[in-house]
Amino acid sequence: MAYALQQLINGISLGMIYGLIAVGYTMVYGIIGMINFAHGDVFMIGAFLSLIAVLLLSMGGVMGGPAGIILVLLLSVVITGVYGWAIERIAYRPLRGSFRLAPLISAIGLSIVLQNFVQVSQGARVKPMETLVPGGIEVMREEGFVVQFAYTQMMIIGVTLAVLAVFTILVTRTPLGRAMRACEQDRKMASLLGIDTDKTISLTFVIGAALASVAGTMYLLRYGVIDFYIGFLAGVKAFTAAVLGGIGSLPGAVLGGLLIGLIETFWSAYFSVQYKDVAAFSILVLTLIFLPTGLLGRQEVEKV
Amino acid sequence: MRLQLALKDALVGAVVAALLFVPLVALRTDVGSTGALTLRYRWTDAAILIGLVFIGRLALVLWMGRDGLRPSTSAGPWTLRLQRLGKLAAPAFLAVALVLPAIPGIDRYWLDLGILVLTYVMLGWGLNIVVGLAGLLDLGYVAFYAVGAYSYALLAQYFGLSFWVCLPLAGVLAAFWGILLGFPVLRLRGDYLAIVTLAFGEIIRVVLLNWVSLTGGPNGISGIPRPSFFGLPFSMAGGEGTFAGFFGLEPSSTHRVIFLYYLILALALLTNWVTIRLRRQPLGRAWEALREDEIACRALGINVTVTKLTAFALGAMFGGFAGAFFATRQAFISPESFTFIESAIILAIVVLGGLGSQIGVAIAALALIGGTEIFRDLQEWRMLVFGGAMVVIMVLRPRGLVGTRTPSIALGKRRAIDGKLVGEGHG
Repeated sequence: MAYALQQLINGISLGMIYGLIAVGYTMVYGIIGMINFAHGDVFMIGAFLSLIAVLLLSMGGVMGGPAGIILVLLLSVVITGVYGWAIERIAYRPLRGSFRLAPLISAIGLSIVLQNFVQVSQGARVKPMETLVPGGIEVMREEGFVVQFAYTQMMIIGVTLAVLAVFTILVTRTPLGRAMRACEQDRKMASLLGIDTDKTISLTFVIGAALASVAGTMYLLRYGVIDFYIGFLAGVKAFTAAVLGGIGSLPGAVLGGLLIGLIETFWSAYFSVQYKDVAAFSILVLTLIFLPTGLLGRQEVEKV
Repeated sequence: MRLQLALKDALVGAVVAALLFVPLVALRTDVGSTGALTLRYRWTDAAILIGLVFIGRLALVLWMGRDGLRPSTSAGPWTLRLQRLGKLAAPAFLAVALVLPAIPGIDRYWLDLGILVLTYVMLGWGLNIVVGLAGLLDLGYVAFYAVGAYSYALLAQYFGLSFWVCLPLAGVLAAFWGILLGFPVLRLRGDYLAIVTLAFGEIIRVVLLNWVSLTGGPNGISGIPRPSFFGLPFSMAGGEGTFAGFFGLEPSSTHRVIFLYYLILALALLTNWVTIRLRRQPLGRAWEALREDEIACRALGINVTVTKLTAFALGAMFGGFAGAFFATRQAFISPESFTFIESAIILAIVVLGGLGSQIGVAIAALALIGGTEIFRDLQEWRMLVFGGAMVVIMVLRPRGLVGTRTPSIALGKRRAIDGKLVGEGHG
């Protein structure tokens, strides 16, 4: 029981990270109908930028307490947002309206570029960071097994919920959100009605990148070890989450993220750690075969 | 006026570049001697990059105007020339490939490079059946390459079968896996199909990595037997029953390399030949119809299930052949050779070469594999350049190098179809 409870806590906090990345996939897919293959690497860049920010701030002596972490988040969000903008501008915008494979190939190329750029500029070795927020509270104790709810896990859950709340308000209540939803439904019509679709799509990428960078910061603070390759697996799993939740659906992405996080954690705890990635990939395959619209997705009707 | 505009644009570019490069390039994180992370400053590197972006953007805007580079799918003069050249180029390439080992000054290094390039040409042609002809976007092609390689390695290790027995078996097993993986994804299209095939590729790799008792896990399988010349082994001893002894030659280590070179050349040409022949048959035409429009294809009474599965199976079979060749050439295989990046490289070769174009795929393989191999000294920069090339070529020529294609069958005169008029990739 205690063991299962611990896995539940771990799974939810991991799932929140996947959910944040998945939102980026789902938004981009909704608006331009392509898989942003480089999104996982944007998450990785966010984690690296957070690491650099942490080091800079601790050198300046202002790292410590919640203020320091908020500053790290802000720095990382802003610069990752610029990365998101640049990615869309360089690799996707010229290919808008081109045939479907072109943006996908360009995205794969970009993913290789981002990974190797970070490998060249920051080195291939893993970067271990000391924990900034140690400890946690003891939830229960059973036969010597202590269930711990770490402060970092609380932070992940809290920050994710706060970010998602802001994001939901942004999408549902602001002019930008309205423009985004309009572009998602019909881009040509939206542009006829005076919406700057290029700008809206750019901002979608910026917001997606910002959410991924929050996930990157959380990942760094929770797990403390990053390298240039973390984006690939995290990206595929987050994509799985987006598909499981129903691609195009924002609440679906978060729900999918939570489910993937829970499944992965419980699989590792009760079956085998080595095959945890197989579990995640199998879910992706099974979902697409048996439930192509996902849990909360809409049925797509194809017109000839 | 134009200069002013260009300067403004370049300045914006430089500011963005500064935001991108200052944190990640100028501030390098290093693991210090105490194990803690330290920052090292590299302002000059970042400044150079920002300067390059500024100058590059300035030059681009001055030269081409603000909208600068636009993707082009039409048959420009360059493509047309290539097309005309293609008639000459294909036999010329083939001739060079055939006599390569005999050209003076070609040493072991160039032969090894030739083998590597031809392996990718073969893989590209194999994947071309799936992606280029049938329009099924497969991001997990390396799985079949792995199945072929492991089939040969395991059959040789456990049953002592020779390469020539295993080669067809590896192809058959890979084709079997192609059908097995193709069956569940029959309903999927486009991007979804890509992601599922990617997942399949990763599942196979993870299983190979963790099934230690069978595959040796991360240590891989070593001591895979080398191929023999129809039963005559290549040996430095040069006795009665060896290749050198039988033909009365001086025993030399290059014999095997030359043999391997011709082996992969033959396998690649077989792939090419089968593809070209099949394109003229009902099956090949059904593939191309499927690529252009699946719904119309169904409406015409083409059995989509059979069409898709045969494409998967045949593509996988050639991947399996290439895998068996890879195993016998390296004599050592491990899951590390079959990562996602390999699939991406093969797909890049097919797409950059121009979907469905045989000569385009060969040129792309030569350029990408040969080109990056020559820059091997650049180490980790190599993949950076590779990825960058993928993006740039896609942005400039989304249809690949050979963007137009001639119809497989035509009434009267054959005309090239402009890239704009064909819409594959929905499959």
